[in-house]
Amino acid sequence: MAREVRHVNKLMQLSKGWNAVFVIILFFMASLVLIPMLLIVVISFSSEISIATKGYSFFPTEWSLDGYKYLFKTGDQLLDSYKVTIFYSVTGTLMSLACMTMYAYVIAQKKFRFSKFFTWFLFFTMLFGGGLVPSYILNVRYLRINNTIWIFLLPWLVNAYHTIILRTFIRSTIPDTLFEAARIDGAGHFRIYVSIVLPLFKTGIATVGLFSMVARWNDWFVGMLYIRNPKLIPLQTLLHKLQNTIDFLKQNAAIAGTPDGVALLRTLPDENLRMACTIMVILPILFAYPFFQRYFVQGLTVGSIKG
Amino acid sequence: MLQIRPKLNPEKKKRKIFIKEDAPLYLMALPTVIYLIIFCYLPMAGLIMAFQNLNITKGIFGSPFVGFKNFEFLFSTTDAWVITRNTVCYNLVFIVVNLIISICMALMLSSLRSAIYAKTMQTVYMMPYFLSYAVIAIVVNAFLDRDDGLVNAIIKMTGDPGKTNWYHQAGLWPPLLVFVNAWKGVGYQTVLYLAVIAGISTDYYEAAVLDGATKFQQARYITIPHLRYIVGISLILSMSHIFRGDFGLFFTVPMDEGKIYAVTDVIDTYIYRALTYLNNVGMSTAAGLYQSVVGFILVLIVNRIVNRIDPDSAMF
Repeated sequence: MAREVRHVNKLMQLSKGWNAVFVIILFFMASLVLIPMLLIVVISFSSEISIATKGYSFFPTEWSLDGYKYLFKTGDQLLDSYKVTIFYSVTGTLMSLACMTMYAYVIAQKKFRFSKFFTWFLFFTMLFGGGLVPSYILNVRYLRINNTIWIFLLPWLVNAYHTIILRTFIRSTIPDTLFEAARIDGAGHFRIYVSIVLPLFKTGIATVGLFSMVARWNDWFVGMLYIRNPKLIPLQTLLHKLQNTIDFLKQNAAIAGTPDGVALLRTLPDENLRMACTIMVILPILFAYPFFQRYFVQGLTVGSIKG
Repeated sequence: MLQIRPKLNPEKKKRKIFIKEDAPLYLMALPTVIYLIIFCYLPMAGLIMAFQNLNITKGIFGSPFVGFKNFEFLFSTTDAWVITRNTVCYNLVFIVVNLIISICMALMLSSLRSAIYAKTMQTVYMMPYFLSYAVIAIVVNAFLDRDDGLVNAIIKMTGDPGKTNWYHQAGLWPPLLVFVNAWKGVGYQTVLYLAVIAGISTDYYEAAVLDGATKFQQARYITIPHLRYIVGISLILSMSHIFRGDFGLFFTVPMDEGKIYAVTDVIDTYIYRALTYLNNVGMSTAAGLYQSVVGFILVLIVNRIVNRIDPDSAMF
């Protein structure tokens, strides 16, 4: 019997030759992902002279830590931006999870008379929306929350898709009988939510929480559109601005070609600094995601969304 | 067992509209309801600006109505056609390319002998998904920059002056944008299909092996038919998004270069520029309304089709 199983397993395996071919193809694909990242790392450690003479290269003529040194010396902006991004990701995600899990609990109730109505009230916003411009006018002209921290919290408080995923999680992990038993024991809805749903439902919350945290960490659009105060610029927006401003100044200096322009160009934080900054922005997420990968895969497979 | 529990509250039959014990439910829904009204439903009402000549200081209530002027302006130039064509065509190509690559990769990964190797590769492939387009734009620029970029540096080695500004070469961008989009998204999709493959019962494969099927026959007759279903449904569902361009991809990666708008401009970037560069609120709202309405119609059509094929996968 055991031998037969082993025999079957062996037949189910790929032949050695094909296995080698696949390993090589997949390795090639992985290098397509990794090589561009490696280039950024190498540039961040290249000296400015090397970049000026040779351009970006995997093999700089001279290595240097100047990019990082400059970054930490004049790191006030980076530090401010880190603070903003951490606030945006952590506080934003927590507030949003609080609202979304409560709403998900409500629309997961099969006996609640209006749960269908509330589901549709939420779901419709996924189908149709005002789009960018009316929201922009609302935030800037009427609510006046641009250039304040509220722009990072309020307009993105609830994500309809995430809320519906949370509802699906609640329905599939917590049996109706448990709700009923708690009801019979005299627990109110809020009590059930706090002491039964939340504890039983940690993976669901972790999954959605991680997705929304990554989305907020990576967001540069809100900062670009709404923030003018440098103290409130998130990391990704800083990165976006850094790229455009350096290029802008460089173009102008090249066109002018004056000694002043050249001097200006010299004092500017340059290529390796920008790459060092890029590395500092992606480092936290690159270290964190392999540990949380399981949740992301799970979030993918929950898929089924029904109104 | 099921029948033992007596009906608790027979008079509950005549349902009252408001039941006291439901009160906490309303309270729990309240924050989200307020949010939805302010940040989702009010902007929908704000679409009325598409029919106004909006003056920001006067606001919606003080600005004059101009009928369909904004739409006339939008559709009188070739812009509307260009951005619609770009948005739809890019999305269609993205869907097909990502699908083919990720299915091939999932099939290969699932048949590898070493599970550890497959796991490691998966982790690597997922990585770009966690990078923002602000970062990806910098990565692309490291290759394409006119002065320092790796591509021009390599061209220089061959003796050529290597002064091409790649950000002005319209021909380069369609394939490049498809590549960048795949670079970011394929890993994630691969993992999704891998999860589906892992869910296929091993009984099928054992039976196939006993019948002498080779590994390729197994893939052809077991794995792919199992995937066909989820692929079909997700293909149809993704049709409902083809009117939405990925703003990050189309705005940051070509660095908002005006010379190549003809091949990089999509509806979303057009709206953004009409709003922030031209300050033309009326026309950008008109473009937004056009996008929302067509998008909504697409969702309805797609949902009807899915409902006919497989009601369980339908959105509503």
